[in-house]
Amino acid sequence: MATRQVSIASSVGLHARPASLFVQAATATGLPVTIAKEGGNPVDARSILMVMALGAKNGETVTLSADGEGADEALDTLVALLSRDLDAE
Amino acid sequence: MTGDVLHTTFHGIGVSAGTAVGPLVIVTPAPKAPTDEAPTTDAAAAADVVRGVLEDVAVGLEARAAKASDHARPILEAGAMMARDPGLAMGIENQLKAGKGPTTAVTAAVEEICVMFEALGGYMAERVTDLRDVRDRAVARLLGKPEPGVPTLTVPSILAAHDLAPAETATLTTETCLGIITEAGGPTSHTAILASQLGIPAVVQAVGIMAVPVGTRVAIDGGVGEITVNPTAEESAMLEERKRRRAAALAGGTGNGATKDGYPVALLANIGTADDARKAAKQPVEGVGLFRTEFLFLDRDTMPTVEEQTATYTEVFEAFGTRRIVVRTLDAGADKPLKFADLGPEENPALGRRGIRLGMIRTDVMDAQLEALAAAYKATGADVRVMAPMIATQAEATWFAEKVRALGLPKVGVMIEVPAAAIRSRGILYHVDFASLGTNDLQQYTMAADRMQGELADLLNPWEPALLDVVALACEGGQAMGKPIGVCGEAGGDPGLALVLAGLGVSSLSMAPGKVPAVRTALGLHTLTQCQQMAAAARAATDAAGAKAAVLKMADPVLADLF
Repeated sequence: MATRQVSIASSVGLHARPASLFVQAATATGLPVTIAKEGGNPVDARSILMVMALGAKNGETVTLSADGEGADEALDTLVALLSRDLDAE
Repeated sequence: MTGDVLHTTFHGIGVSAGTAVGPLVIVTPAPKAPTDEAPTTDAAAAADVVRGVLEDVAVGLEARAAKASDHARPILEAGAMMARDPGLAMGIENQLKAGKGPTTAVTAAVEEICVMFEALGGYMAERVTDLRDVRDRAVARLLGKPEPGVPTLTVPSILAAHDLAPAETATLTTETCLGIITEAGGPTSHTAILASQLGIPAVVQAVGIMAVPVGTRVAIDGGVGEITVNPTAEESAMLEERKRRRAAALAGGTGNGATKDGYPVALLANIGTADDARKAAKQPVEGVGLFRTEFLFLDRDTMPTVEEQTATYTEVFEAFGTRRIVVRTLDAGADKPLKFADLGPEENPALGRRGIRLGMIRTDVMDAQLEALAAAYKATGADVRVMAPMIATQAEATWFAEKVRALGLPKVGVMIEVPAAAIRSRGILYHVDFASLGTNDLQQYTMAADRMQGELADLLNPWEPALLDVVALACEGGQAMGKPIGVCGEAGGDPGLALVLAGLGVSSLSMAPGKVPAVRTALGLHTLTQCQQMAAAARAATDAAGAKAAVLKMADPVLADLF
């Protein structure tokens, strides 16, 4: 199981458009990626409902996990995405 | 309800004038998961069935999105995405594995997500409506029933519903929707406002209409609030006659608003977007009495820049040339929260930090808007008059007036919608150049009756003498200070009330542009003295119905044709 920790850079948090971009990217990996807040249960990163319900705010750390071939590369891509201020783009 | 089932008459509140005859279409109410639903024994098979149904729901929403307006499309597309969401599918599967029946499982899984969204508040809490809409569609399909909501109208029809949600009315057009009838809702409900904007006859509070079979021919008179089921040839002819008389009465020219003896009452348009401005500018109106600026701010993650706001305001001002434009600064608050200026949930949003109260907390938002309005004014030289919503005290009025004047904007005013401001309008008007009566909110606060609660419609009739008394107080202050007072609530678009308001001393009436012709005709038939007598008679009445009856009795008979 590959895991990564990343701090949410988007100024509005993982919300609205940034959440939608992240979910699309997670779905595109073809892997069952999960996302969790510190101390929280991991949820399906391919679910816009679950990701939005997570309510991750700007500056909060989340943990991404995935299993399977190419999991490390996939998570690196998602970490890079969350490290950008998606809302400002 | 009177008469037998085959030939019945219903009475409600007419909220959008005009008449129509056509087949009835019922907006199906959403079925609930049956309480005695059989438990699931084969979770995998049940999950397949539910997945198939959710896919059908998604496909249906996408098909509607493809035909919907720019405004409605994102709502429908978001619904399709929710129906296909793997997180929702997982939640449903877990419920099925626990033995819940399919519709119970869908309902429980959706509620789990709704609880999380509601805990987040604001924008997320509002998405709960969309999610429950997906649930209702899926549950209906699982039960083998048609999806709830507005069906696709293949022939021009009259729509009946318990109440209509904004997402449901967003797809209606005048080509297929001849009339709207609801059992709930009030004169200032979303349905009423939308119907009068589109010019579709509408009646609210028509209790019992949902029991009329689909396809029955009904006649609707949105002026007097009457619905006739299976109208006789004679009744249809009478309705046609009313329609003809109304059209004749409305053929009264396109000039400026004035009483028979020439007392001017400016007829203005209420607008909400740059698109509204372009359409309204082509109508014979004397300008804009209420430019609601919320559309620039709602559904945004960040505040629109000064440049973006300036561009939009410039566009609106240019559309009206030398005609006046009264701009209301942002009227947001707990019931219309802004993502970038959300002060958190409030116990009583209508009594909370909204309007000028929010503007005085988030001065950055207020300053940026005024800066943009000043820039658009300088660029166009238009007749711009800026006013603030929800003013209650002189301190608020001076705070706002100083800001507006410091930017070189020519005229500053206030909305009078809080009874305190109406009662003490003299002091408030000392600090500003004009005031505009927001009768919808003024009535809600005068009667302590929530505008959005259809069951309280009786307390929200704009003919209510108590409201007229409060308006009269505000006008007395205006006359004492020599400052003009206008009306920009729904009351201003009622041809009978327009006479009363003119009689009370109001100098301009702002309304949905479609209502201007009837009001122009009504004013032109009566002298100012007659208007003053009608105002006195309306205020002397014991209730709203009595006030309207008193005015109709004194008025020219043609007035009755204008409703």
